[in-house]
Amino acid sequence: MTSGPRLAPKRRIVPRQGSAAAGASPAESLDDGSVRIRTRKLTKRYGDLVAVDHLDLEIHSGEIFGLLGQNGAGKTTTILMLLGLTEPSDGEAWVVGLDPARHPLEVKRRVGYMPDSVGFYSDLTGRENLRYTARLNRIPDELAETTIDEVLDQVGLTERADDLTDTYSRGMLQRLGIADALVKDPDVLILDEPTTAIDPLGVTEVLLLLRRLVEERGLAVLLSSHLLNQVQSVCDRIGIFASGRLIGNGTIAQLAERFGDGAAHIEAGFEFENAADAERAPGLLRAIDGVEDVKSGPRPGDPWLVTVRPPSAGGAVRQAILSVAAAEGLRLVSMRPIVPSLEEIYRSAVARSTGETTGAVH
Amino acid sequence: MVVARKEFADHLLSARFIILLFVLGLVAAIPLYFVADTIRSAAQANSGTPAIFIALFWYAPDVTDQITLPSVAGFLGIVAPLLGIAFAFDAVNGERARGTLPRLLSQPIHRDDVINGKFAAGLAVIGIVLVSVVGLIAAFGIIRLGILPAPSEILRLALWVIVTFVYVSLWLAFGMLLSVVVRQAATSALIGFGVWILVTIFGGLITSLVGGFLAPISGSDAQRLANNQVQEIVSRLLPDTLYREASLVLLSPQAMSRDISTPATIDGYVQAQQQIPSLTSLDQSFIIVWPQVVALVALTVACFAIAYVRFMRQEVRA
Repeated sequence: MTSGPRLAPKRRIVPRQGSAAAGASPAESLDDGSVRIRTRKLTKRYGDLVAVDHLDLEIHSGEIFGLLGQNGAGKTTTILMLLGLTEPSDGEAWVVGLDPARHPLEVKRRVGYMPDSVGFYSDLTGRENLRYTARLNRIPDELAETTIDEVLDQVGLTERADDLTDTYSRGMLQRLGIADALVKDPDVLILDEPTTAIDPLGVTEVLLLLRRLVEERGLAVLLSSHLLNQVQSVCDRIGIFASGRLIGNGTIAQLAERFGDGAAHIEAGFEFENAADAERAPGLLRAIDGVEDVKSGPRPGDPWLVTVRPPSAGGAVRQAILSVAAAEGLRLVSMRPIVPSLEEIYRSAVARSTGETTGAVH
Repeated sequence: MVVARKEFADHLLSARFIILLFVLGLVAAIPLYFVADTIRSAAQANSGTPAIFIALFWYAPDVTDQITLPSVAGFLGIVAPLLGIAFAFDAVNGERARGTLPRLLSQPIHRDDVINGKFAAGLAVIGIVLVSVVGLIAAFGIIRLGILPAPSEILRLALWVIVTFVYVSLWLAFGMLLSVVVRQAATSALIGFGVWILVTIFGGLITSLVGGFLAPISGSDAQRLANNQVQEIVSRLLPDTLYREASLVLLSPQAMSRDISTPATIDGYVQAQQQIPSLTSLDQSFIIVWPQVVALVALTVACFAIAYVRFMRQEVRA
């Protein structure tokens, strides 16, 4: 897919964040001009069920935030509240500096939304569907045409744009959904399960596209998913959702530190010249400050697994391994830190939170 | 508004529009075929017969000695509700089924723009269909039968089209209500058509059943009167009756005020002998049917209001 040309300059005539007329944003978010979404103790109850439980969240422009959780954890409800499509039972939310419950139209003008299993009018072509969206957003027809061409190009649907959406594959519909959210030139993109039901190649395309969009346009992107490895590859920060509560929030490294087993791992591969070296190596490595354990790989010649505690000592330990190897004449051929998988982090986070809490379940 | 424009375009290009136009035209053509002969000979016999043009619409032709078809207006009155239901039954639940509703509601439009737009588009299409069909019949009368309408007849016809429009919009509002409340488009279509059959074809049966239940006849005249009155009240609850009464009075100046008894006339039973057959003027006809028209409008507004409120309160979730 080729990268599209930059869009025409924004034609917004509405009050920006921080205007007195909006009157809904607190003083703190005015200082940091790049916070696009913020919630404070946001709660939604359906009768006895607490779908979203006192959520505190902050999302900045230029980042992709992944909301991770099982089906039914409360992700879609949170998103609906951010768009003003559902009223919160408690707490506050600010999207582009406005309260979506009080200024829904304004928020919807600047937020592009792609719902879970997005649908289009099957008797219209892709382009016509986008035209309808443009008209609903009051975009003048001429500007709409150029914008539509650009977004179709960015999502790679230009050749199929004039076919009925009836004929689109699931992946194409998702891409059209992203194009649809971009037509209004939004400041924020909210995508609910954007990669579910797409084949692996399609998923990569969509994720690369999102990355490119954020870089080119400085968007803030909130995406929700239950597919951990996909989220891992594209998100800057991740929020782990379970039973309506945000139990973890930060970059993968931060989450690993919080929910990992408290240790970092380094994989170091050696090419020993003789058996004596092979026997000295573990002892030398263990002697390094911060190294808890050294395990050899399953077969001779496999890299060694070095466990480092605390995880923050990882960098220093890697340096130390280099200098020890050089000083002792050991041939180090590879060394890399092992990033913990999001799946492990997620499982550990959920287990820990259900262990800590007693009552907050469906 | 944008939603109305798109829905209107969708309707005009849809199969159901063509089908309904065709069906309605056919349905009007059948009695017209039989009526035309009678009217032509009546017009030839006395070329000064008043209000002969409009007789095209209200005259119920005899096909054979035993069978009398409903008039053109009668047929239209039976089939027109289909128009209302057909353009509304999948308005909201169709969007839900296609997954376009959350996307639509996340655009910067007021939520009620959606339901208002769909209703407005439905009204516009119905207006087109009604005016076309009536226009064709009128054209047939003028061109083929050589009958020229008098100004008062044209006015009556216009008023009747408006009342028919209100009647169909009642069914449109009802269809819209069904589409909001019922999940599946197919179910809401079935319910809509079921109610239509119930009211239109079995309406008489229902009123006599209820009348028999509430005020049974066991011989005396007073009880017969009571039964009759109960039946009348019950039948007035059915919009079909309201429409038929309004239709009859508006279209046929010859309609005696004893044919329908309303607050504006004295109870037909007692006054029948004192009536001199004459033509009622247009304003008098209108006064007679004014309550019916108001009732139809009120029912339409009520239906739409319920649909509106339910739609605004619904959860958006796909």
